[in-house]
Amino acid sequence: MSIALHEAPPIEKEQPRVGSVVADQYVNNFAINIATTNGSGSQTSNGVLLRALFKMGIPVNGKNLFPSNIQGLPTWYIIRLSKDGYLGRKEAYEIAVCMNGRTAAEDMANVAPGGMVLYDESLPIAARRDDVTYYGVPVGQLVKEANLPYELRDYIANMVYVGALSYLLGIELKEIEEAIAWNFGGKPKPTQLNMDMVRRAYAWSEQNLVKADPYRVARMTGFNEGKVLVDGNTAAALGAIFGGVTVVAWYPITPASSVADALNKYLPQLRTEPETGKATFAIIQAEDELAALGMVIGAGWAGARAMTATSGPGLDLMAEFMGLAYFAEVPAVIWDIQRIGPSTGLPTRTSQGDIAAAYYLSHGDTRHVLLFPADPKECFEFGWLAFDLADRLQTPVIVLSDLDLGMNIWISDPFEYPDRPMDHGKVLTSEQIRALGGSWGRYKDVDGDGIAYRTLPGTPHPMAAYFTRGTGHDEYARYSERPDHWEANLNRLARKFETARQLVPPPVIERRGDIPYGIITIGSNHPAVVEARDLLRAQGIETNYMRLRALPINQDVHDFIREHERIFVVENNRDGQLNLILLSEEPCCGHKLTSIARCNGWPLSAEWIADAIQRQI
Amino acid sequence: MTTAEVPVRGVKVNALGLEKKAYQAAPSTLCKGCGHDSISQRIMNVAWELSLDQTQVVKMSGIGCSSKSPAYFLGWSHAFNGVHGRMPAVATGAVVANHNLTVIGVSGDGDTASIGTGQFKHAVRRNVPMVYIVENNGVYGLTKGQFSATADLGQRLKYAGVNNLPPLDICMEALAANATFVARSFAGDPKQVESLLKAAFSHRGIAVLDIISPCVTFNNHDDSTKSYSWGRAQETPLNELNFIPDYAEITIDGRYEGELQVEMHDGSKIVLKKLDPDYDPTDKLNAFRTLEEARQKQQFITGLIYVNEHERPDLHELLHFSDTPLVYLPDEVLRPSRETLEKVLASL
Repeated sequence: MSIALHEAPPIEKEQPRVGSVVADQYVNNFAINIATTNGSGSQTSNGVLLRALFKMGIPVNGKNLFPSNIQGLPTWYIIRLSKDGYLGRKEAYEIAVCMNGRTAAEDMANVAPGGMVLYDESLPIAARRDDVTYYGVPVGQLVKEANLPYELRDYIANMVYVGALSYLLGIELKEIEEAIAWNFGGKPKPTQLNMDMVRRAYAWSEQNLVKADPYRVARMTGFNEGKVLVDGNTAAALGAIFGGVTVVAWYPITPASSVADALNKYLPQLRTEPETGKATFAIIQAEDELAALGMVIGAGWAGARAMTATSGPGLDLMAEFMGLAYFAEVPAVIWDIQRIGPSTGLPTRTSQGDIAAAYYLSHGDTRHVLLFPADPKECFEFGWLAFDLADRLQTPVIVLSDLDLGMNIWISDPFEYPDRPMDHGKVLTSEQIRALGGSWGRYKDVDGDGIAYRTLPGTPHPMAAYFTRGTGHDEYARYSERPDHWEANLNRLARKFETARQLVPPPVIERRGDIPYGIITIGSNHPAVVEARDLLRAQGIETNYMRLRALPINQDVHDFIREHERIFVVENNRDGQLNLILLSEEPCCGHKLTSIARCNGWPLSAEWIADAIQRQI
Repeated sequence: MTTAEVPVRGVKVNALGLEKKAYQAAPSTLCKGCGHDSISQRIMNVAWELSLDQTQVVKMSGIGCSSKSPAYFLGWSHAFNGVHGRMPAVATGAVVANHNLTVIGVSGDGDTASIGTGQFKHAVRRNVPMVYIVENNGVYGLTKGQFSATADLGQRLKYAGVNNLPPLDICMEALAANATFVARSFAGDPKQVESLLKAAFSHRGIAVLDIISPCVTFNNHDDSTKSYSWGRAQETPLNELNFIPDYAEITIDGRYEGELQVEMHDGSKIVLKKLDPDYDPTDKLNAFRTLEEARQKQQFITGLIYVNEHERPDLHELLHFSDTPLVYLPDEVLRPSRETLEKVLASL
């Protein structure tokens, strides 16, 4: 039997107020750190909590901090509730759910003052703090009483904390039940088994725990309406499907595998010929990342929309092929879901450390188009747009997502259907070749944009063929070692890169006025930067904001840098890689650029960004 | 299908109305007398004879002397000279994207037996529909004469010294990876190379052809098993091959007693004259044993070592994709509807 140590009058359950603004700082405004054991099935419980809170209208964000391990090591899931709609990471947590004895001491020690701890009573708890409320729950006993099938016990045991938290915070059981049903695809049996456990724990908590902390949730409106809950990698896969992907070649790697998983899930559903039951796509698990990109290049060369998904170590292996695709001018789409490097690094921790490597990937004078999605909606958009850009520019396009965006579940605006038809770029048909009298040059720039016409293998005309090679070639794709041919070709590729500046998605700029400070960032840092700007504003520091969505940069970026006295470039790596690239693009304005960079495995927090900027001013 | 617009009277043409010279390409820049050039000639002859539509053929290669050779045959075919040892992946992508294409992969011993062994074996494992030719000379030519992984044990080269590692047997590797067609020949035996090439073009799945192709510059010493003199003296043909395309009338020459007919996927047949009355190219264990015995005797077995296209499906069948090549599917098939997106969003 467990009791709360610090008793306080129970808080009355409040009915939701439609259109309400939550004023109470303890309502919908805290973070829960859930510590469990990897492989124990806690992902289901955590997902259920996140979904139930989302469906109650509360802005929430879940971050999974998991080990590179299949089973047994500690794992944490941090759910942040933000009545003000901030979706970035928060440094502190007010509530600790301790289900793992190995980490309980540290997890409890780090609870914010005034916070609360929900723990498995069987865990040895050494030190108790006076400023924290403790609730012990007899997990083992409750599971035993539930009389569950033996093999399911450990998994369903995680529903105990869902039930207890629901009681303590006031999470609606109806939403919990719907979230469980959603999780199990509507299957009644597992839904019922899990929900029984939740109810059992809820009932036990109701009888035995006395609410003594101020934290609670309440249904709210004004934020989640019309939005979806989805991870970036699923959004990326769906975007690719609506972009007409036909060939996927990949090699398993965390945190990119779930892109392929989602393609494997959705392609058969969305792209099977109804009459024949045959696929309008091919997915191949390659023997390594070299082969994966090689297949993508072969398919792109043959005219398919082909993609792969990888992470840092895989990107390294792709370097040689990337140079070939750049130089031989073959479209390809590469999703890099970044994790921490160098080397194997921390495979399950997020980072934006591949920016420089990706931009210049491969030896020689090589430069690639990069896209930086900031949320699932943009993952979807870049999912299809990347194919259009790759086909138009006849070059590889790398989409730089990261583990935080790719693997965590986010509240997202619904995806928008592609607003334009597919762009297959400059491809000559046999009729066009006939009209040209068979005379055309694969690498001849006929209209000044640096992009030449190509033909696809299988084009039924004797003059359609050309020889694709990674060696020196002239405008007609003939082998050449002549200095003038080499130089002209490489200069044309540079011209093509200038064209790319006009074609890639422009930055998103938010100006608050004619003020000296500007912030530039990319990708998943966006929610933290949005919040950091509000924190800075509260300190009397106003900032303008530009979110880069692609490299190479366009004129907007030059203008933004020139307009401001100081620019803070915020990114999740040690060296400030984006800042270095901007320095090389704007050498005259170098003194204005200040790198706000950090990389420790966590997504950047608003507090850290605001503090780091403030220290620079 | 591409045909000659004006057939010239009195000139021998194939079923497409094309002369043999229509199958030529740029002049070779390889060393004079290179075995690779004779293989290119064999490919041109066979492609002409089989009336292959060059516009539906792709020539894929990696890096090295052998990989340059696709520039020297079938000038109407698209070609892709990629990176070292990675031809199989690029070929796989291309043929998956467009399964109408006939794929000729040309590789060398450096490409296939060293840097690209992994890709080679995985292409075989996937049974990628293609003709995979290894122009095997046991030496790195373009970098001036280092040993390759197929060089003979104890072999001496001018600059590289003595090779103290055993050779890797490409046919054995192909067999071990469950290849459905494994053959070996000798660039100096035009008749056999052409017969095997014809059979390979009709094979469903991957057809691996290891062709010993002497390097006249760096590896043509009489004691090298990849030299012309050694090849001619030590060659032990397993079977005499005659190939009958399915569109030709099948005639069996009276000399072919004890022959074994192997029907190819497209209905054509290869007829094997068994010199060794016990050799059955559909017996995999025997194929392993024959290769190992030949290795011990430093002989090289030529002919069709193993074939069984019914052993397992090829990659196209495994992927179970549309009859229309993926690259020819229209955009409206490839982009699901607005309503479909709404449904997906509602399910999230």
